[in-house]
Amino acid sequence: MNNARSWLLADQPASPLQARMGRFYTSWLALSANPLALIGLAIVVLLLLSALLAPWIAPRDAVYVQNLDGRLQPPSLLHWFGTDELGRDLFARVVHGSRITLMIVALVAIIVGPLGLIIGMVAGYVGGWTDRILMRLTDIFLAFPRLVLALAFVAALRPGIESAILAIAITSWPPYARLARAETLMIRRSDFIAAAIAQGASAPRIIRRYVMPLCMPSVVIRLTLDMAGIILTAAGLGFLGLGAQPPSPEWGAMVAAGRGYVLDQWWVSTIPGIAILLVSLGFNLLGDGLRDALDPRQS
Amino acid sequence: MTSISPEAPLLEVEGLRVSFATQRGLVEAVRGVSFAMGREKLGIVGESGSGKSTIGRALMRLVPSPGVVTGQKLKVGGKDVLSANERDLQGLRGGKIAMIMQDPKFSLNPVMRIGTQIEEAIRMHRRVTRKAARAHAMEALLAVRISNPERVYHCFPHELSGGMGQRAMIAMMLSTQPDVLIADEPTSALDVTVQAQVLAILDDLVSRRGMGLIMISHDLELVASFCDRVLVMYAGRIVETLEASALSRAVHPYTRGLIACLPRLSEASSRLQTMQRDPAWSQV
Amino acid sequence: MRLLRPILAFLASIILTLLGLLAVTFVIGRVIPIDPVLAVVGDRASPQTYAAARAAMGFDLPLYQQFLIYLKNVLSGNFGQSTLTGRPVLEDIKAFFPATIELSSVAIVVGVGLGVPLGVLAGVRSGRWPDHLVRLFGLVGYSAPVFWLGLVGLLIFYAKLDWVGGPGRLDIYYDGLIEPRTGLLLLDSLLAGDTEVFWNAVSHIVLPASILAWYSMAYLSRMTRSFVMAEMKQEYVMTARIKGMSECRVIWRHVMGNVAVPLVTVVALSYGGLLEGSILTETVFAWPGLGRYITESLFNADMNAVLGGTIVVGVCYILLNLLSDLVYRLLDPRAHAA
Ligand SMILES: Nc1ncnc2c1ncn2[C@@H]1O[C@H](COP(=O)(O)OP(=O)(O)OP(=O)(O)O)[C@@H](O)[C@H]1O
Ligand SMILES: [Mg+2]
Repeated sequence: MNNARSWLLADQPASPLQARMGRFYTSWLALSANPLALIGLAIVVLLLLSALLAPWIAPRDAVYVQNLDGRLQPPSLLHWFGTDELGRDLFARVVHGSRITLMIVALVAIIVGPLGLIIGMVAGYVGGWTDRILMRLTDIFLAFPRLVLALAFVAALRPGIESAILAIAITSWPPYARLARAETLMIRRSDFIAAAIAQGASAPRIIRRYVMPLCMPSVVIRLTLDMAGIILTAAGLGFLGLGAQPPSPEWGAMVAAGRGYVLDQWWVSTIPGIAILLVSLGFNLLGDGLRDALDPRQS
Repeated sequence: MTSISPEAPLLEVEGLRVSFATQRGLVEAVRGVSFAMGREKLGIVGESGSGKSTIGRALMRLVPSPGVVTGQKLKVGGKDVLSANERDLQGLRGGKIAMIMQDPKFSLNPVMRIGTQIEEAIRMHRRVTRKAARAHAMEALLAVRISNPERVYHCFPHELSGGMGQRAMIAMMLSTQPDVLIADEPTSALDVTVQAQVLAILDDLVSRRGMGLIMISHDLELVASFCDRVLVMYAGRIVETLEASALSRAVHPYTRGLIACLPRLSEASSRLQTMQRDPAWSQV
Repeated sequence: MRLLRPILAFLASIILTLLGLLAVTFVIGRVIPIDPVLAVVGDRASPQTYAAARAAMGFDLPLYQQFLIYLKNVLSGNFGQSTLTGRPVLEDIKAFFPATIELSSVAIVVGVGLGVPLGVLAGVRSGRWPDHLVRLFGLVGYSAPVFWLGLVGLLIFYAKLDWVGGPGRLDIYYDGLIEPRTGLLLLDSLLAGDTEVFWNAVSHIVLPASILAWYSMAYLSRMTRSFVMAEMKQEYVMTARIKGMSECRVIWRHVMGNVAVPLVTVVALSYGGLLEGSILTETVFAWPGLGRYITESLFNADMNAVLGGTIVVGVCYILLNLLSDLVYRLLDPRAHAA
């Protein structure tokens, strides 16, 4: 144990692997010293588990089957979170809703990461007019308020979860392009790029083989930091009735559905809201801790 | 204000230790340093990381956290620094002991005019009106041979050259008339051509006012030519104290090594010497 | 001449951004699945009538010509009619926007008033419990869905405790008592000398403004904290301490002087964020502002109104950026030279 520790913390690592593992370990040390970040990590793990094991935690039927005799029941041993206006079990709906939340986050990340990365890297590497045009485009999208633009897009595409995901993605890529461009500009000046050019490597090859791997980490960190924002925007669209449509157990839509009963049956909208709050808090705590742990300038 | 008798030492340091508890364990930056100084020019030399700057900061109790300062005795002008409370320390800093840092580009506040920064120092320690403070600031700028103090007074730091900036810094630190001035590598960020000018100004002001000066530097030759006495540091300890005129009589192998590494024009040798270190030097 | 060039470049970039904004709204207006011609002529019109209406509305022109006409219209303040209210969209916006401005301005004042001092505290005590507390408080505000906070807030503070006014800007009883001059109720009621209406308006704005303020306070305190931490490591801070200044003065005079420079941009950005956050808040609080106007129009397929509102919010964003840039130049002496 002590040996492994001193191997990881060696001042002069003997191999690139040792150096990388060492850096990873120091970051982990910094992260694990931050209790808030650990809480965030726990929440995110909980979300993953609940999405993964949803059918085993709560039967899928309970999500959709209506029971008008047992509507608006308060939380009890039978229905941990109570039932909604159609008598559906809220616990089952919240648990299954975690799958939707996770799917939205994952899909947005899959679209936004590569899109921002490619635009930023091309702008940064090619430079000149390409750079100017791409960055102007980025600025235009940055100048828009995100939610308003997403609203307008959803309106144009017709409400639904796919449109919501697309709209969030279309409005979220600009910061990633900025980030990737800044990194690319820095990387471009380094000697190993000059060496690769001297060996006759083509621009696409250099971007793919040399620039992209170096840009990836910061893009991934930024994505973790943005997860909460994505979740909140999606929930907001759902709340407005522009995202996931009923009877899908999307948390934002569930809050909206319970709005009319909030005075007497508080749990119907409060509980899905707490789920949104917890998950986005988890991502925020984790992202904040990660940034502190990974950014040496901060500490 | 109690005035200090000329004979009493301005500075008494005994068994000074500074340690930092970092993630990678305890770093002992200063490990039991003792010296005393009067109205003289004392040089501290040593390689990078040997703890020179940390001593300077410890004297003002300005070691950044997680640094911890301990020691048997730490007195500035007869006043105990180790047990002083924050209020007394504030009177001491600037009032009795001041410090000039390496690079005026960083050590001056970039969004404040030079004049304002100097006035602020004056008004920290003397109850004077704005107008009087301004007059004092002008005097201070004139004293560091700034021929156009009116202009410099209104300048922002980025509008001054390095040499000018460092002169303004000296003016600011001397404007409160401290007894001891610590200069932490005051010229190493400057062009070679202005280094001599700034040193001359410093020398002139310090001797004229009869202050004590601690000159921290890497440069053994410079310190020897500028100071009366030199402390040689290695790994947080003073390994040797020398009269500046008696450098050649140094006995410690580290000091001798340093002297041997200096390039000399008189001897045409094909290679410069490099330092051979002995782990025993950092033992007691 | 040396001064003129950057100003021209700056203006050019703003004009380009504005053009881009209009291009995006134009495209959205075209890809929408609703056929605006059909909406006018009705679905039983003959093909001839349809074609005539189409030509009259300019839809048979090439796309770039349509865009130019669109540009001309928008620049002259003509956003078209709203099918929902039956008035010109510009009139509607003039009527609804002040409510949004009022709400987000109160929120930003509270947000800055809380966020900056808390951020300084967290930055100075970084890694210790005040830092963790501020961070947690901020992150909860940052993570909570505003629409949900609004619901819960109304439930607790209005329905149960009756400490604040309910939805809307005023109790129905006071509606229309004050003649709108600025459109900002708090100001108008004071100008009219009607303190009763003023306090009623205050009781209504407290809750939505606090929720928005919490949201922006989270962002502001976080940014302030990291700016303060970065500045505290600078050497001029040590210089100030060497002069014998108390830690308090070092922070408020020297550190904050430098933190203020980047902070301006952050405040402007979060004010823009509040304009946006108000969309959801206004829906929950039935606040008759621009956000609610946009969403209501959206559900009634009133595209002119949606796009008009979007353009106004977008232009506000751009203007805020512009303003923060100008103030930045004023605050940072180094920017004058560059
Ligand atoms: N804030 C700190 N945290 C941890 N260690 C520190 C800190 N400040 C200084 N040290 C350690 O103290 C030792 C002495 O540093 P110091 O700056 O006094 O050296 P120096 O002699 O002034 O070097 P240089 O000539 O490079 O300025 C170094 O080993 C450094 O790592
Ligand atoms: Mg040093």
